[in-house]
Parts: sequence; structure tokens; C-alpha cells
Amino acid sequence: MNEHALDTRRSRDMPPTRVHRYTGVAIALHWLVALLILGSFVVGRYMVDLDLSPWKLKVYSWHKWIGVTIFLLVAVRLAWRLKHRPPAPPAATPEWQRHAAGIGHAALYVLMLAVPISGWVMSSAGGFPVVYFGVIQLPDLVTKDKELFELMKLVHFALNKALLALVIVHVAAAIKHHYVDRDDVLARMVPRLSPRR
Amino acid sequence: MIFARIAPLLAAVLLASAPAHAGTVDYKKSYIGFTFRQMNVPVEGSFPKFTANVAFNPASPETSQAEIEVDLAGIDTGSTDGDTEVKRKLWFNVESFPKAKFTSTAIKPLGGNRYEVTGTLGIKGRSRDLKFPVTLKPDAGGTLMEGAFPLLRLQFGIGEAQWSDTETVADEVQVRFRILVTGAAASASAK
Repeated sequence: MNEHALDTRRSRDMPPTRVHRYTGVAIALHWLVALLILGSFVVGRYMVDLDLSPWKLKVYSWHKWIGVTIFLLVAVRLAWRLKHRPPAPPAATPEWQRHAAGIGHAALYVLMLAVPISGWVMSSAGGFPVVYFGVIQLPDLVTKDKELFELMKLVHFALNKALLALVIVHVAAAIKHHYVDRDDVLARMVPRLSPRR
Repeated sequence: MIFARIAPLLAAVLLASAPAHAGTVDYKKSYIGFTFRQMNVPVEGSFPKFTANVAFNPASPETSQAEIEVDLAGIDTGSTDGDTEVKRKLWFNVESFPKAKFTSTAIKPLGGNRYEVTGTLGIKGRSRDLKFPVTLKPDAGGTLMEGAFPLLRLQFGIGEAQWSDTETVADEVQVRFRILVTGAAASASAK
């Protein structure tokens, strides 16, 4: 895998553009996890208001399967990131923004793991084991406990709200970098995208 | 002699215990539970309310008889949503069929402390013959009867229409029971 590949492209009226891109694996995992989180969030929001029906049972199972998948992919992402340092921020980035980005990214990782785990604990406390794809039964993290189940509903909800808030900031920052700062921060995570001139 | 005085009493007790007698069911130590699968997820439930009339003969268990009546409205499916749903028409239709009833017709020794119980199970106006093994164990001054059997819910119309889809809720429900019968007494009833 070619780390921090230099993407050099030329056009008639532009000087060559160098983008310090993330690795292909990091980019693929980022967008896959983003898509799954968005899907899981929408499904989760939709399913809780359904009346009990076979459809509801199916949707709940799918939601849990996506959650387990997100958890596993985020674990892979973390392992990959520890071995492949992300490209350094653009030289012009102020110190406080570097710190903010570092804290923000760390918090995103924590929440991407904490949200599925809180769902898993909730499911265990509710007396519903998680059976990944209807095949692999995961161990129960806690024994059935009605009070804990009710508490975990709130915790899962709150963690999701926190993740949603962070994702909004994350997306807003990416847009600001691309359209206002016109640096390569967004481009390094998007194949074939060049910074705006 | 003390023996002379208690001998007639002893004889009376022995004579009385020869035929099957109605035992007292210790409900605190008795349990009827089940495991069902939804989306292949095993979920535990139970029937906390039931009455058991067991005419139990410890000397020859095969002459014993059992009648168990389950109060379906008391069902615990493991979730509040489920408890509400299964009382409705498509499931147990508790309003029209409040009880499930099992009546034994024969008990056959299988060797050791194992017996095969044959009987009729009636749920939701339908009845089916049932056969399952039961283990008898002395316990807390009585006899503990333990057993399990698979119940095919669709045979009784438990979960009709959209709920008859066995991909979502499996047809087979594992039923487990544990009934502790203690000494001779009036037949046991409500908890």
C-alpha cells in the first residue's frame, strides 16, 4: 500500500497540485463506516416508533447487525491508523485547530465504538442476545436487568446524539477547509478531488 | 412401649400412601418456562401463573396423574411489547381462550428415574397429543418433576396471519417445566 501517495495532476492553466492523501484502505474504511453509521442512525430512528410486527423484528435485527459491523470496521480502522499515520495537517493550520481536530477525531473514534457497545449492553440487559447475521451469537455483556435496560436506552440515545453533533462539526469543518480555506484537507479523504483554486 | 402406640398410626400412613394421592405443589420452587427464537435470537419467557393437580404415587409413579392449567394472561415473553402482543387474537387470544391445559393419560417407566408422559395439550381451542420424558428427583422433602418438550406453535394457531412467518418467529418453542410436589395433602391450587 502506497502511503501518503502523492497525487500529482496537471491542467493547462494550473500548477501541479499535491495532495497528501490518506491511504486507500483508510479512505475506503472511512466512507464505508460513514455510510453504515448514517444507515444505522436512520434505521434506528425509524424502527423505535414501529408497532410490534415481524417487520419490526427484522429491522431491529438488521440494525444490530449493522452496529456489530461498524464496531468491527472501526476496530480495523483504529489498528490501521496506528500503523499508518495520517498525513500532517496543512502547514498553515493554527495550533488550536490542530488540537481541536485531534480531540475531535479521538472523540469520534471513542463514540464510534461506544455507540455499538451501548446497544449491545442494552440488548443483553433486555434479554435479547445479539445474533450476528442470525448465525453467530455474541456473548451477553450483562444478565437480563429491566432497570439497566431502561437506563441503556437513554445512554444509547445520548451517545448517538453526541455522535451526531460531532459528525455535524466534522462535516462542517471539512466543507470549511475545502471552500473557505481551499486547502487539501477534504481532498485527502476523497479520491480524485483537488483543492479549489 | 412407644412402638405399640405408633404402630397403628404407621400402618395407617402406609396404607394411605399406597394409592396415588394428591400432592401439594410448591409453586415457589416450580416453574414453567420456554425459549422461542425470533430472527434466530433465543428469547426466554415463562408462565408464572399456573395450577398443577398432581396425583402422585411415589411407590409406583406410573399410576400417577397430572393436570396442569396455565393462566395465559400471566405470560412473560421477556418484553412488555411481547406480553401485550401475544395476548391478542393472532396469538393466544387470551380473551376467548384464557387457559392452556395439559392432562396426562399415561406414564411409562423409561428406566432409572425417567418416565415418559403421554397426554393431551389444549391451547386456543385446539388439542394435540403430546409425549415427553420426565425426570423424578427427591428434593426438599418432596419430588421434583423436570422435563422439556418442543411445542410447534402453529399447530395451535399461536401466531396467525403475518405472525405465521417462521423466518421471523420460529415454529418450534422449547417448553421447560419443573414442578415440586411435596407430601400428601389437599390438591394444590392457585399460587
